[in-house]
Amino acid sequence: MSFFQKSSTRTAPKTATVDPTLQPWVEKYRPKTIDDVSAQEHTVAVLRRTLTSTNLPHMLFYGPPGTGKTSTILALARQLYGPDNFRSRVLELNASDERGIAIVRDKIKNFARQTPRAQAVASDGQTYPCPPYKIIILDEADSMTQDAQAALRRIMETYARITRFCLVCNYVTRIIDPLASRCSKFRFKPLDPTSTSSRLTQIASSENIAVSDDVVKTLINTSQGDLRRSITYLQSASRLSMSTNPPTPIVPSDIQEIAGVVPDTVINSFAATLGIDIITDEMDVDDGLPTRAKGFNDIRSKVKQIVREGYSAAQILSQLHDLVVEHPTLAAQKKANCALVFAEADKALCDGADEELWILEVGLQVHKAVS
Amino acid sequence: MSLWVDMYRPRTLDDLHYHEGLSTRLRSLAASGDFPHMLFYGPSGAGKKTRIACTLRELFGKGADKLKIDQRVFMTPSKRKLDVNIVQSNYHIEITPSEVGQYDRVVIQELLKEIAQTQQVDVSAKHRFKVVIIQEADSLTRDAQAALRRTMEKYMSNMRIILCANSTSKLIAPIKSRCLLVRVAAPSSEEIVKVLKHVAAKQPFRVIDDEVAQEIAEDSNGNLRKAILVFEALRMQSPDLSGPLTIAKPDWETYCHKVADMIIQEQTPQRVMDVRSKLYELLSHCIPATVIIKTIADRLVDKVDENLKADIMHWAAIYETRMRVGNKKIFHLEAWVVKVMSLYKHFFYGIDMSGFD
Ligand SMILES: Nc1ncnc2c1ncn2[C@@H]1O[C@H](COP(=O)(O)OP(=O)(O)O)[C@@H](O)[C@H]1O
Ligand SMILES: Nc1ncnc2c1ncn2[C@@H]1O[C@H](COP(=O)(O)OP(=O)(O)O)[C@@H](O)[C@H]1O
Ligand SMILES: [Mg+2]
Ligand SMILES: [Mg+2]
Repeated sequence: MSFFQKSSTRTAPKTATVDPTLQPWVEKYRPKTIDDVSAQEHTVAVLRRTLTSTNLPHMLFYGPPGTGKTSTILALARQLYGPDNFRSRVLELNASDERGIAIVRDKIKNFARQTPRAQAVASDGQTYPCPPYKIIILDEADSMTQDAQAALRRIMETYARITRFCLVCNYVTRIIDPLASRCSKFRFKPLDPTSTSSRLTQIASSENIAVSDDVVKTLINTSQGDLRRSITYLQSASRLSMSTNPPTPIVPSDIQEIAGVVPDTVINSFAATLGIDIITDEMDVDDGLPTRAKGFNDIRSKVKQIVREGYSAAQILSQLHDLVVEHPTLAAQKKANCALVFAEADKALCDGADEELWILEVGLQVHKAVS
Repeated sequence: MSLWVDMYRPRTLDDLHYHEGLSTRLRSLAASGDFPHMLFYGPSGAGKKTRIACTLRELFGKGADKLKIDQRVFMTPSKRKLDVNIVQSNYHIEITPSEVGQYDRVVIQELLKEIAQTQQVDVSAKHRFKVVIIQEADSLTRDAQAALRRTMEKYMSNMRIILCANSTSKLIAPIKSRCLLVRVAAPSSEEIVKVLKHVAAKQPFRVIDDEVAQEIAEDSNGNLRKAILVFEALRMQSPDLSGPLTIAKPDWETYCHKVADMIIQEQTPQRVMDVRSKLYELLSHCIPATVIIKTIADRLVDKVDENLKADIMHWAAIYETRMRVGNKKIFHLEAWVVKVMSLYKHFFYGIDMSGFD
């Protein structure tokens, strides 16, 4: 028999046992109310009105990851129902759960059937609007098949009187039209640098960790508007810095390593081997980088060296792409030719092609394009 | 008797021979109690698996080394049975979901849920959480990755996941952003030499010649497993490592080189047929088609004119990709061979002609 036994107290709420110091910060700092949600002013303004009016439309939240979609609907639901009724009034289903449409239908059917009455005053002494319908949150809805979505549309109609749906997804185009057209749509934007920065500094000060401006800047650059990512990177960096004795301050290169970003020196030296002039901020132009383009063998051994270091091809290509496209002196025609190569390589990698062959291919083609 | 790669595999973080900075970080993370989900990535033979095992040992002590192997059966929604091998100790469980191909989602979902809902009953365990090691994480289907993402947040209180992969390219962003990324670079030649000397010290002959060690290290291309295996094979050649030693290339590699030479010697329909039978031979010995095309290409570019090299690699990249998407490996291998022959011939005549101008 395995050492792990089924616990006899499976119904015990898990959240009660989580030690707050061990909690992931993304959960710990999840917005509690919709007013806590940063940067999505329009959405929040519209939703705030639903707190006072008693009606709520079906909703469709869409936008890139880590922009507050799940947090917003959970916060809204909590503000509508309060702590006591939340469980009986809100059903959250997501792609991690088994989600054949039959199962979804059953769950929704069961859930919609029970109609517990709401108390006027909740256990925390506050009153909540507690509107007479239930909310069903379908997170990651774009991973549902078309058939499942079509079936969902009928379910929505069947229970229209007593339920409101909130579909959450990354790509609105993956939601079939008959479903999307029944919902009010809310677009969530990638978080702007200012909002990200203020959120991160807020968390850093609650956690009593020192974070320099440079570190915040690196967090913003590596997470590209995804607040979940920047918060997770910050927590990982702080774990590593606290784990030494005495704690070492967090530096930008820690964040880059955690985020899997390839160091600039590696990318620059690769680019230089391909014959691209490397223009650095420093006055010292000649910092040991080769300035003349090299031949096949140099490029091949450079690629082998990069592969041995374990950097991922997708990451290298994306950073090399940025370097080429933003290059101050490279001719537009040459950049355009490089762009074709990058597109080709991205497709190949998505098809599962060999990473070394494609880093080399990109290297050789870029070399050809710029020389 | 077990192989040297297993016999001398380091068991603790202190025993690891290289990337000391990384070992220190892992040691402190294990001690801190605030242990995150992790993703170890890097080339094959760089020491990822070993490093993960040492980290587990650091987390839970010797008990983490007591392994047993089980076979579990999972059922797909369409009632298909899936057999999965599971390696586990009292504190962790290790799976390779890619064993079940497209059904990996079922295994991930069932197993993780089960583990998340059970509790550590060993009261003396150093940590409340259990560790789930997922090997070959870069072969997980998108579906399985989607299933993982929310689970990783939900069950953080009693489960940690350690993913092991060659590259992060094929993992979806939400997974990467939930893990602490740990890059394990291949050891340098000097580091490999150091390990080889350490292994030698435990043998009757005690020492390994510097030159031999260096040669093995260079030949292994950063793959420490390969280096140790080659070393052990050399010992078979000459038990006390005296006399002239030659690092024997594996048969398939010699065979691939022969194919490359055949392509350069002659570019005719008959030669295509000869090459094809060789390719079939390699495939039937389970040499992966990607390895075949890369090995032949590598040899070719060492032998041809500078102007042809880039083109040969270009077509190798193109046909290797087609091989992945397509069904019949041999079609694409053969097409590539024909392409190379044609390039070579054109180039050859191009030069010849210019000589007559
Ligand atoms: N707009 C936002 N305001 C405040 N916190 C946010 C915002 N967006 C994301 N976060 C942070 O990132 C985490 C993940 O956000 P979530 O709402 O789950 O994103 P998604 O858009 O992917 O559903 C939250 O727990 C929170 O800490
Ligand atoms: N840090 C190390 N020091 C000494 N030997 C090592 C070290 N890491 C790995 N090895 C040896 O190299 C072999 C391959 O390592 P492994 O962890 O299986 O690599 P990977 O998982 O990256 O393919 C192991 O069998 C072990 O003998
Ligand atoms: Mg979400
Ligand atoms: Mg391995």
